[in-house]
Order: sequence, then structure tokens, then C-alpha cells
Amino acid sequence: MTLYAEKNTAITGIGQSEVSRGSSKTALELTVDAALEAIADAGLTRADIDGLATWPGSDDNLSGISPVGSPALQDALRLKLNWYAGGREAPGQYGAVFNAVGAIAAGLCRNVLIFRTVYEATARKRAYANSLIKDGERQNGPFIWYAPYYVYSAATQQALYFNLYVHKSGIKPEQIAQIAINQRRNASLNPRAIYRTPIDFEDYINSPIIATPLRLYDCDVPCDGATAIAVSRMDVAKSLRNPPVRIEAMGTSMQYRNSWTQLDALDTQAQPKVAEMMWSRTDLKPNDVDVAQLYDGFSFHTINWLENFGFCERYGAKDFIEGGGRIALEGELPVNTGGGALSGGRLHAYGAVHEACIQLWGRGDARQVKGDPQVAVTSTAGGPLAGALLLVRE
Amino acid sequence: MPNDLQAPPGVPARTLPVTDMDSVAFWTGGARGELLIFRCADCAYYVHPPVRFCPQCESRDVAPQPVSGRGRIASFTVNHKQWVPGLPVPYVLALVALEEQDDVRIATNIVNVAPDAVRMGMKVRVVFEQQEEIAIPFFEPEDAA
Repeated sequence: MTLYAEKNTAITGIGQSEVSRGSSKTALELTVDAALEAIADAGLTRADIDGLATWPGSDDNLSGISPVGSPALQDALRLKLNWYAGGREAPGQYGAVFNAVGAIAAGLCRNVLIFRTVYEATARKRAYANSLIKDGERQNGPFIWYAPYYVYSAATQQALYFNLYVHKSGIKPEQIAQIAINQRRNASLNPRAIYRTPIDFEDYINSPIIATPLRLYDCDVPCDGATAIAVSRMDVAKSLRNPPVRIEAMGTSMQYRNSWTQLDALDTQAQPKVAEMMWSRTDLKPNDVDVAQLYDGFSFHTINWLENFGFCERYGAKDFIEGGGRIALEGELPVNTGGGALSGGRLHAYGAVHEACIQLWGRGDARQVKGDPQVAVTSTAGGPLAGALLLVRE
Repeated sequence: MPNDLQAPPGVPARTLPVTDMDSVAFWTGGARGELLIFRCADCAYYVHPPVRFCPQCESRDVAPQPVSGRGRIASFTVNHKQWVPGLPVPYVLALVALEEQDDVRIATNIVNVAPDAVRMGMKVRVVFEQQEEIAIPFFEPEDAA
């Protein structure tokens, strides 16, 4: 196997701020909390951080989707950097991680602090936020072709993909519900999760329909919170306090039309070829994966990834998740073990990579997967957005 | 510019798109009853969203041309959530694949039909609603009255 650049990089520390439905701290302070925790967890100091990356970078508005960019954090921590980056146009939310791998491989830096901050709970208390429409303004940008059609939310737009998936796969509500039910059970064991009271199928089926086939419990929970991870060059990682969580492989491709309307395969979105790329860069196979932290902006993203990573056949996820046993903490493929974004809060895939490390380092306490998990897969999603990381604890 | 088709009082106005010298054909052709889609003069491929380059044959001779306005529902959702006060729910958001070329998809609302009667693959045709200079393309079932 070729020594791809990512194999020479590892996650060495993780940090997470408080995660809430309304913080008493500013978004920047939450970011500082997460950053300091990740730096200390790695056994590094501020002076060791020579790279900084985020996705999508500051959005410079009050939507709360991304209130903190790399300049604000660099200045708050007075970091001396050799390289930094933030930007929306990348293979999904893990674009910052892929950029960091490239920067380390290029010899630009050795220890990259990667972060993602959201402040959507507070934003929603001020005004309607996370809207694709700005009241009274004309629309531009990637959603322009949806402008006049009352597409206020990603839920309505992405329901177009999920409803076709339901039509083609024949998946039933009893099966779809297992994603939300399983994750709430996991969240009940995670003190940092937002919603921790277990739910059952009755709760699921009685929850309001947002846009068919999405019910409330299929949608992630807007929150305030920040996540940070330290990614280091492998020789540095080996000298630090945590066993390196090596980036074994990554999927960064975009082989489809990069469009929210013209995307080639509406029901599988951009995931299949991203997964194919990730598996092409490793000798590991799906059955080597011990835990899966799959993107769950909507439960259907998780369902899609189960198929696209090859844990089951195309349109076979309905059988794979039937009854919820296989994806439970004690199952053959524990999925979204901290409660995911559906119950833990919409940390936008960075909660997932954080939880992958929690499990690989055996820090899961009541929700720790048994058997000393060593291999985790994690992913991002949303229409043309998709990226994948395969992580191996040394 | 008041007209009969403006939203009734209390119903949120539809958001209009920013247009440029190429997309303006799509968004305004409906005033003459035409759905205008860019098409390659050399190989006849439809190019949408509009750009004066054909990805099939690399021709730069690409320009707007009227299509039939007929297509089929490639996917849809029935939106139930009232995102803002006054929003009339439920309503149908869809992607319509044009009859002329399946990989040209138009986002739209399906109108003049009960939301629960909409089906995947349903044949539909375009209808327009004028708002300011924009003629918004909507689609209705081909067998609508």
C-alpha cells in the first residue's frame, strides 16, 4: 500500500466546549475553551501550534452557523503560525482536516489545531436563523435555483433526496426510527448530550412531520458549542501523551455535478465515490471497523453512509438497522455512540470525530464500546458535501 | 407593480433570485409563456444552469432556447412545517426532470394538485407566475384542469 500523506498524520488531542441550547459564553470563548482543552489533551502548549484550520470559516453574519474564523481564534490565543486556512468550498465539513493533512505533508507545519464552532441556538433566539432565505433580500449563491419556492431550511431541500431514497429502497418508518432511538439511548449515557431521555417508536411516529419523509426526530439539534482537535505529524504524535489516532485513509473526491439540484444521484448524493476513494487508500475493509460515527444532520445521512461505506448492500440499510441491535453500543457496528447530532447537538460532524477519538482512547465511560475499539470511521454529508476519514489508534 | 397573482395579505412573499445576463432568460422567459434553457447549437445538448460552454462537445455556441415545458417529477417532498408566520402548508417542493433531457432538473413547487396526490415520476407541465420582472416557473400535473 502506498504511503499516502494522511498515514503520516494523527489526531493527538481533542477538546469540546460546553454544548447547550443557549450559552452564557460568547462563541469565541466557547472556541477558546475547546482549543485549550485539545492543546492540553495532546500534551502541547500554545507555542507548539504552528497551523490552524477551520471549516467553513467565519460567515460574518448572525446566523450562528460559523461565527468564529481562524483569524479570531489566532488572535485570541496569540498563535504564531506557519500556515492557516478556513473556507467553505471543500469536500464537506472535514475540509479543514484534509487541508491540515496537506499542509503537514507539504512541510508547512507540524501541529495543526482544527476547530468548528456553532452558535445556532442563541442565533435562533434572536431571529429566525439557519434560513436559506434572508427576508426581503434577493437570493444568490448555491441555493439560487430554489429561491422562489419557500425553501427556508436545509430540511425541506434535503428531503428531496431522502424521499427518493424511501421510494427506491422501501424503507419503513419503523426502520428509519432506529437511528433516532439508538442515538437517544447512547445520549442517555453521555453527560454532555443535549437530549438524554430515551425515546421509543411511539415518540418517533408521533413527532411532527417537517417535510416528508423527515420527522422532527430525524433532524439534528441546533446548539451552541465548539469542538477542536489537534492533528500532528506522526513523528511528533509518537512523542506525545495519547496513543496517536492515525488518519489511515480519507475520501475527498467530488466526481459528481457539484450542485444541489443537478447532483447526479439524488438518493445517494455524493457519498458513494467518496467512500470508494477512502477504501482505495487502505488495506482495511468495512468489517475491520469497530465504531462508526456517521454524519447525521438528518438520520437519512447515517442510513445512506451505512450503505455507501459498504456495511450493507445498496438499499439494504433497512434490514441492517431493523430492530436497532446491530447499530447499538453492544452491536456488531456501534453507530454514533455519543448520541450524534440528533441528540447530542449539531456540532456539524466535529462532534463525530471527537466521539471517534473518545471511543478509540477508551474514554467513553458508560457508553464505552467493549472490546478495545481500534478502528473508527467518520463522515460528513449533505447533498454535494461528503468526506470520509478512517482512523486507527496505534 | 401589483398584479392578481401576488401573495394574499399575510402570506410571505416569494424570494426572488439575483439574475445575471445568462440566467435572466430562464427567470423572465415565462412572461412570453416560454421556459428558456441554454442549448448547444452544435450538439443539441441542454446546459443548465446556463453557461456559454457545452460540457459535451466544448462548443461555445450555447444560447437560450424554448423547451416544451413538460417533464416528470424526479423527486419531491411535502413540506408540513410552517417555517414563518402565514406560510401556507402543506406544499410540495420538487425537482422536475425536463422531457427533452433527463439531467436538466428544475426546482419548483407543484401546484394545482392536492399535495398527497403527488407521485414520483408524475408528468407535469410548466405554469408561470409573474412577480416583479421574474416569471416564476411552477409545475402542475399534465392532467390538471
